[in-house]
This record gives sequence, structure tokens and C-alpha cells, in this order.
Amino acid sequence: MTHAADRRDLAWWIDRTMQVLVLAGGLSAIVFIAGIFLFITREGAGFVFDRFDFREFFFSPRWTPTSNHNPTYGALALIAGTASVTGLAMVVSVPFSLGAAIYIGEFATGRVRETLKVLVELLAAIPSVVWGFIGLSIMNPLIIQVFDVPVGLNVLNSGIILGLMAAPIMTTIAEDALKAVPDGYREAAEAMGATRWQVTFKVVLPAARNGLVAATLLGVGRGFGETMAVLMASGHSVNLPTSPFDSVRALTATIAAELGETAAGSDHYQALFTLGIFLFIVTFAINLAADVFVRGGRRKYRRRGRRPAASANP
Amino acid sequence: MISSGGSVPATQATEAAFAAADSPAAILIEKLSLWYGDFQALFDVDLRVRAGAITSLIGPSGCGKTTLLRSVNRINERLGYVRTTGSIRLWGLNVLDSTVELAQLRKQVGMVFQRPNPLPLSVRDNVLFGTRVHRPNERQPTRGESDRIVEKALREVLLWDELKDSLDRRGTELSLEQQQKLCIARLLPVKPKLLLMDEPCSALDPAGTEAVEELIWKLRGDYTILIVTHNMAQARRASEECVFMLLGEMIEHSDTASMFLNPANRKTADYIEGRYG
Repeated sequence: MTHAADRRDLAWWIDRTMQVLVLAGGLSAIVFIAGIFLFITREGAGFVFDRFDFREFFFSPRWTPTSNHNPTYGALALIAGTASVTGLAMVVSVPFSLGAAIYIGEFATGRVRETLKVLVELLAAIPSVVWGFIGLSIMNPLIIQVFDVPVGLNVLNSGIILGLMAAPIMTTIAEDALKAVPDGYREAAEAMGATRWQVTFKVVLPAARNGLVAATLLGVGRGFGETMAVLMASGHSVNLPTSPFDSVRALTATIAAELGETAAGSDHYQALFTLGIFLFIVTFAINLAADVFVRGGRRKYRRRGRRPAASANP
Repeated sequence: MISSGGSVPATQATEAAFAAADSPAAILIEKLSLWYGDFQALFDVDLRVRAGAITSLIGPSGCGKTTLLRSVNRINERLGYVRTTGSIRLWGLNVLDSTVELAQLRKQVGMVFQRPNPLPLSVRDNVLFGTRVHRPNERQPTRGESDRIVEKALREVLLWDELKDSLDRRGTELSLEQQQKLCIARLLPVKPKLLLMDEPCSALDPAGTEAVEELIWKLRGDYTILIVTHNMAQARRASEECVFMLLGEMIEHSDTASMFLNPANRKTADYIEGRYG
């Protein structure tokens, strides 16, 4: 009685099936991203090819798609709205999240550290509509009172809200970047008598620089794509902002608010999809840049000690 | 046959104590016990290390030699769950005192690690790191002074001719041998009295090992050197005194030649003959 060497038992079949399943899972990411891009491109294509006016879209602040006589599709005010809110959000969230990441990664120990990590992750899980609610019902009267302005739904409000929203995810990614710095660096610096802050500032932060830039970029991407909180807290009025107290309207919020009221296939409908294509391209570029930075950071450590001694003699 | 003698007066002054470096005992360890959590790694270790000599710590894995080394500059306290009793006096100053400033202690006590760990900075910045850390408030050295510091340190470790044209290369890109020499060079500008070395050659190839051993041998006299090694041949050829440890206890301490020719303790003899370890 000989055993067939190619006997296919249950374990073999399970292994095969699972390999195919996880392959499908992996491929689905590609399928979905391509599918979404194709879909929004197809929906926006008519506008892009027939009606699209580069100068109007990027340089006119007049977004009047519902005008009966002369609908215009200038996205400048919307882009400025998104950019100003995101910019202010970064001013708020970068110090918060870097500080939190440095504390969690370099200073906190044991319980404190674990608790903080869980709390930060919880913070990241708060639905954006809740943040919008806070902007609407707490920040709004507060801003009116403190700054004595007529409207509290503005760049300041939505920037702060968005900054607080982006901070947890930036904290998590920044902390990962700090964790990726080999502990040997810290030990070496501490053994030379550096204080904890000197170790952090002179060794760990420079070594983690790429990862920290990536964390910031992902925060920017998050801010760019955020819809609901910005819609609720920004005032939602088409406006080129000249001060933090101006109401603005974001690209995302425009799509969310208007898409349900347009006729499918109309110019307006297609123009909204064009905004979508623009958002998609921008966030894609930001994420790609972040990825490049993260990889740049990783390669730096892999290089450690690998290269042969290059002869320094001329 | 151990030649160090003379009692060391216990003084309280930090800098002054370090300054009185002509006392023959550089390190005087008394009744040192150490626990990692519940695990006791060192048992009442007594040790006197002669100033200006190379003393090697040998023993099988887990015997506590690295732990002992790492408690001298208290770097093992990074772990957070370390408890120590007894005393470690460096030129009279008990480094385990709660009043000791770790930054000052570590300025006096340089450490070289098993795996070369230059900082991810340029060669130049690696060498200058210590001086920058230790004078944050005073005036920074001028470019010329810095250049002299870098050249002096790199000359001392025999790297200057190889690296003088590539001071801006990252320290982490050098060969392992160069990295380890750089790790020694960066300790020198702050003028430590004691160098702790934790198996400094174990990551190097034979040529690198020979070069770094030669360098360590050259540094003796100017610095007191305490070196942990797993390699008995290395202890034999590259140290003047030798300490044998086993299971957290100090078994024997004598000059290297007599330990290898004529060990006093049965356990030492067994280890040296390769019966265990």
C-alpha cells in the first residue's frame, strides 16, 4: 500500500480555499477604488467634456448652479472654503497631536500610556455628526459671545472642530512613527547623558520626521474629505473668506447638500461629480505623498549597517 | 595577585569626587544586589576595579555580567522595574544615591553597546552630540572648535584618515567596524573617566574585532575600561584583569594571566576549560 504523495486531504482544500478568499479580499481594495473612480468619472464626464470651463471652475468664486438665466460653476470659493477650514484645522491639530504622540510614545509609561492610547482611539471613533452638533450648539454661541461677531458658524468654528476630529488619527500615526525609531538610538543618547527631552528633540523627532510629515498629511487628507461636521459648523455660505469669522462652504458639504436636489444627468448633477473628481484626485495625491514619506522613513532604518564600507580614500 | 589597594574615602561631593581620579580604585562595588521585578539577577557582588586598567567580565549567559555593567551608569533603570541595593562607588561617589544626577554620571561614564548604535545623524554630529547635550546653556563651540573636537576624537579611534572627507555621511551608513569605532569616538569629547563596553565586538567580523580590540587596548591608561565579553580568548588577550561571574555572583577576580593559567576557584577552572557556558 503506497501513500500518494499528492494526496489532497481536508487541510489541503481548506488551505486552497482560504488562499483564494484572502486573495479576493486583497484584490477587492483595487476593484473598489478603480470602480469608484470610474463611477464618479463617468457621472462627471459629460460636464468635464462639454460644459467645463477651466478658468471658471478654478478662478471664479460664483457657484450659482441653480440660476435660471445663467448658471455658473465657479468652484474657487468652495476650494477656498475647504482649504481655509483644513488649514486652520491643521494649526489646531498639529500641536495637539504631536504633543499627545510625544507624551504617549516617549514619556508616559505603563497604565497611563495604555489608557491614553485607548482614549485617543475612542476619540477617533466619535461620529462626525456629533462633532458637527458640538460645533452648532456649543461652539457657535461661544464664538458669538467671546468674539462679539454676528455669526458663530464660520472658518474658526469648523477649523477647530475639524482640528479636534483629525487630532486622534494624527496622534495614532505619529505615535507609530515614533515607535518605529529603534530603541537603540534612545539608549545610546541616554547613555551619553541626554535628558528625556534632549533624546526626544535631538534624536527621536529627527529620526521620525518622515512619519510625522505623513501623519500630518493624512490629517490634511482627513480634513479635506470631511463632510458632515464642516457642513454643520462652517455656515455653508459660498464665500471667499477674508477672516476666520467669515462663513464658508466646503467642497464636500456642497456635494452632500445639493446632490439630492438635482436631476440625475443635469449639468448641475454632473458639476457636483466634477467636484467629486477633484476631491478624489487631491486626497489621492495627499495619501500618496504620505505613503512616500512613510516608506522613505522606513528605508532609512533598513539601510542601517547594510552598506559595505565605502572607501574614503580618493 | 590583585594589585589595587588603599581604601577610598566616601565623600558626598559629586564633581569633586570625580575629579579625584588618581585614587587607585575606579569602581568600588559593595554588596550589590539587583532585582528585575521578582527575579534576582545579582547577589551581594563585591568588586574593586583598578583605575586605568582594562577589566573584563566573563561568565556564561545569564550570569549577570551585563546587568552589573549596566548598573554602573544606571542605564538598566530604563526598564523601570529594576531595584538595587548595596553601593557602587565611582572614585568615592555612590552612584546609586538618589541625589546623583544621571546626566552628570553618564557624562563621566561612557558606554559602548553590543550592537553598534550610532545616532541617525552625520558622523560629525555623532561626535559632537555629547558636547551639545552637556552644555545646553553655555555658548556653543565655534565651527573651528567643533572641527578640532571631531578631529581629535576620530584620531583617537583611528577613524580620521578614513572619514575625514565624509564627515557629513550618516553614522548609520558606515561599516559596522566604523560604526563601533564611531560609538567609542563620540564618548571621548566629554572626557569620561570610565568606559563601559558590553560585548563591543560581538557584531563585528574577525577583522573588525581585531581592529576594535586594538583600539580598546590603546585606550587603556587614559580611561578605566570595564568590558563584558562572551569570548574568553578576547578576555585573555585584551584585558589586564578578569572577573568571573556565575549565576549572579562574583566568583573570582584576579589578573588575567593568573586566572587563565591558574584559576583559584573550581567553577572558574571548569568554565575556562569549557565544561559549561
